[in-house]
Amino acid sequence: MKLKKVLMDKSEIERTLNRMAHEIVERNKGVEDLCLVGIRRRGDILAERIAKILKSIEGKEMPVGALDITLYRDDLSLLSTAPVVRKSVIPCDITDKVVVIVDDVIFTGRTVRAAIDAIMDYGRPKCIQLAVLVDRGHRELPIHPDYVGKVIPTSKDENVMVLLEEVDGEEAVGIC
Amino acid sequence: MFKRKHLLGIRELEREEIEAILESASSMKEVLTREIKKVPTLRGKTVANLFFEPSTRTRTSFEIAAKRLSADVVNFSSAGSSISKGETLKDTVLNIEAMVVDAIVVRHKSEGVPWYIATFSKASVINAGDGKNEHPTQALLDTFTILEKKGRVEGLNVAIVGDIAHSRVARSNIWALKKLGANPIVVGPPTMIPPYIDALEVEQAGSIDEVIEDANVIMMLRIQKERMKSPLFPSIREYSRLFGLNAKRLERAKPDVIVMHPGPVNWGVELSPDVMDFPNNVILNQVTNGVAVRMAVLYLLLGA
Repeated sequence: MKLKKVLMDKSEIERTLNRMAHEIVERNKGVEDLCLVGIRRRGDILAERIAKILKSIEGKEMPVGALDITLYRDDLSLLSTAPVVRKSVIPCDITDKVVVIVDDVIFTGRTVRAAIDAIMDYGRPKCIQLAVLVDRGHRELPIHPDYVGKVIPTSKDENVMVLLEEVDGEEAVGIC
Repeated sequence: MFKRKHLLGIRELEREEIEAILESASSMKEVLTREIKKVPTLRGKTVANLFFEPSTRTRTSFEIAAKRLSADVVNFSSAGSSISKGETLKDTVLNIEAMVVDAIVVRHKSEGVPWYIATFSKASVINAGDGKNEHPTQALLDTFTILEKKGRVEGLNVAIVGDIAHSRVARSNIWALKKLGANPIVVGPPTMIPPYIDALEVEQAGSIDEVIEDANVIMMLRIQKERMKSPLFPSIREYSRLFGLNAKRLERAKPDVIVMHPGPVNWGVELSPDVMDFPNNVILNQVTNGVAVRMAVLYLLLGA
């Protein structure tokens, strides 16, 4: 993948996730009753990484889930073919838990809206929080992340890419 | 990727299309395990079940599948309809369609009816069984069940036992299994083996004992008792002896063999009642998977 401009490298991503993990612990006064749910395809990987950092801070294993929001999208009828649906895995009963949704980039907020709807179908969490590595602006819904890695001002036709070793074979955040 | 408007038969599908359906089905199955077994994907869409032939499993399965995806469902069966007043098939379909439906699920005793409807229908047409020809969603749920239980389809020996000639289930399964790289073997009395088997280069065997040791999957078909008076085989007892499955026979099979049946089962004819307790009897898994597979099909046809 060719990035026009690199905005974060491997060590910056790592430091940022570290800081976000500490903010999660601080805000929730520990990790009791916490469940991380990453949105496929890259949010689930970030959620795994944050869980690992949380374990090193608090010494506790954390349930980590992965969510495919395809079935909740509001733009399916605008697509020419229906995308393949991947599996969602929610590892614990989320009722009365604090669910932290993790995604790589927040843009219009429509993906997060779909994710909130999907999570509600699994139970009634005590609260839902949102962690994103990049906030690129241009929200179309009243949705605001609780933990932000980096705010990157963009124009609407630019594209922010988060590349992760596990899927892309390299590690960077940039504009393409 | 799946780009079709209709699902008419397995014969015309590419391997990749079958695999796209099976992959989506496995995600749909997860939906069925949730507290709230419903997703909003097909909100505002309408599915019409048009059944000109009796069915319980398939019609209910399509209805549940559509409802799990938040589509509305209308059911039409030919009994008690204007068909008895002489309304033609085309008029019936056009009238149902005029009520603005997005998909028509059709079962008919005549081969080719779904293809015919697809020539003039604006809605997506799904074949739920046309005569002796095809029953694509049954073959998809069967291969999905094999994949789930065995981890693969490719390279497996699948014995299909019974009245192959009159079975749309067998026909669709033979297409699906061959496309996915499995090795189907048909087993039945010569009177029940159709001529097309040679053309498809499918192996045949004259009794269940010939195939039982090598089979990874045994797919039993229903013997249609309504055909018993015709001279396809001499007696039920003889049929059971050569082509019926029982616990004793299964002792010679591979320990991980799975036994399938599309239902409804004639216990005591093709399956002995002692197979009910056989641990790898997956007949009810097939029924559960049928809902997931039909959700996948409806989603892929109507989702975008």
